[in-house]
Amino acid sequence: MERWVYPTTGLKQEDLEEARVCMTRAPLRGEYAWDAGVAVGRFLAELKAGRLVGRRCRVCRRVMVPPRMFCEQCFRPTDEWVPLQDTGTVLTFSVCTVAWDMRRLEVPEVPAVIAIDGASPGMGILHKLGEVGRTVDEILDRVHIGLRVQAVWKPPRRREGAITDILYFRPVGA
Amino acid sequence: MRRLNTEVAIVGAGWSGFRSISPDLSFREMMFEAATKAYTDAGIDPRRDLDGLVTAEEDFHEGIAISDEYVPDQMGAVLRSVHTIAGDGLQALAAGVMQIAAGAARIVAVESHSKASNVLNLDQITALAMDPVFQRPLEVHPVFIAGLELRRYLEVTRTPIEHVARVVVKNRRNALRNPRAAFPADLSLEDVLDSEPLAEPLTRAMAAAPADGCVVFVLARGDVARTLTDRPVWIRGLGWATDSYTLENRDWEGARYLRQAAERAYRQAGIRSPRRAFDLVEVDDTFAYKELQHLEALGLCRPGEAGWWTAEGATEVGGELPVNPSGGCLGEGHLLDASGLARLLEAVLQLREEAGPRQVPNARTALVASWRGLPTTTGAVAVLSREP
Ligand SMILES: [Zn+2]
Repeated sequence: MERWVYPTTGLKQEDLEEARVCMTRAPLRGEYAWDAGVAVGRFLAELKAGRLVGRRCRVCRRVMVPPRMFCEQCFRPTDEWVPLQDTGTVLTFSVCTVAWDMRRLEVPEVPAVIAIDGASPGMGILHKLGEVGRTVDEILDRVHIGLRVQAVWKPPRRREGAITDILYFRPVGA
Repeated sequence: MRRLNTEVAIVGAGWSGFRSISPDLSFREMMFEAATKAYTDAGIDPRRDLDGLVTAEEDFHEGIAISDEYVPDQMGAVLRSVHTIAGDGLQALAAGVMQIAAGAARIVAVESHSKASNVLNLDQITALAMDPVFQRPLEVHPVFIAGLELRRYLEVTRTPIEHVARVVVKNRRNALRNPRAAFPADLSLEDVLDSEPLAEPLTRAMAAAPADGCVVFVLARGDVARTLTDRPVWIRGLGWATDSYTLENRDWEGARYLRQAAERAYRQAGIRSPRRAFDLVEVDDTFAYKELQHLEALGLCRPGEAGWWTAEGATEVGGELPVNPSGGCLGEGHLLDASGLARLLEAVLQLREEAGPRQVPNARTALVASWRGLPTTTGAVAVLSREP
């Protein structure tokens, strides 16, 4: 293994802090305001009202959520809005012990794909599960594929037309 | 590259926009509209007939990393070959042609779009393309690069600034007869010269304003094209090139990237005298002087001649060689990565005699040339014809 070791000089934090090395900072700033358009715009407005909606394609008869104005299978416009339940079934889930910036989490997050009642099979929302325990073992004990869940909404006055207007999904009857 | 060993034609074209803002449509819905038009125009069902999709897009313009993963659904290309080019739309066209020429596909869609209005700090995003060690710390708006280049161009070619302003007047007026154009206007030379200075000698009116829009084409192998349509537009030559990028010692005068790209495209198309080869030209005019510089790089006139040519009216729709009858980027709006496809769209409509009030009579051949924009030195060229 000796031949893979090269003589190098390691850089320490104090080398940077005491300006012993040259350094350039190049911060990235990107600011965007994505046009929601017809389908997502209506979906977000309905979330604010505490409702879930989908779009139906009359040809393949699928009800899609999140809704879209086109059917990707038939390549044609979708036809009508369909009210959905705020209940569903866990299609798959994971127990995540790190935050998005790699901090260890005291209480793990439980991201899940939830097939929404009233939409076609496999059509669902990506969200988090809550009230399912505080440790990996507890969560794995209570959550399983096929678990029935229901949305827990923010109080109406605090909703803003965002996916976070649903706080999380919790087991039905929990 | 010698002649393409497979004939490839454009058999369908569609678009959405172009507009300065488009809050009513998401980028997906905008693409669906343009794609539906293109597939209807080509008479194909994408779920049955489409072999692949090529898109041109830049993550920083979308605000989504790996944004090409967001395209197949609204293009009818789910579970098809999807290929993305980080470059101008004409480079995506080249990729589509190569897929057909290589025998990998019979029918390919080419797409690019702009939601420039959604990028709240577009100028700073452009600045991110500059060198982080040498250039970004100076904190100068990247439009200064156009100012540097324009000054060299005026000096070396002895072109009066009025001739640069004339390009703006012509293109924004052409846009008055183009329903796709976002910025049609009837301006005077003084309006252009007296508009807000940006990077002297460049004024605001000499810089194309960004716009939202989407352009989609359907390409087909020659034999397939003949069964689909009786008015195919044939792609006779393609070329693209990138020059050294450094601002410290790049070529400031001749747009060598486009000269190189054009030589390749002309060789492929068997064109020896480009001056007499085309009935119309759609060329990048992101900044008004770029139209002049690009016309010279394309070999359509000698260095220093394009300004005088423009001043004499030779590049007007009724002139010797109409240039940007669509209104160009100045008149239609700058569609970011889709700019080259916007130029191509006008050329295709002209060759199909579908350009309405701005139709160039008896247009049989067209030249299209794009530039990837600040701060790049990348250009692409396509030679189009009504005959294979
Ligand atoms: Zn369908």
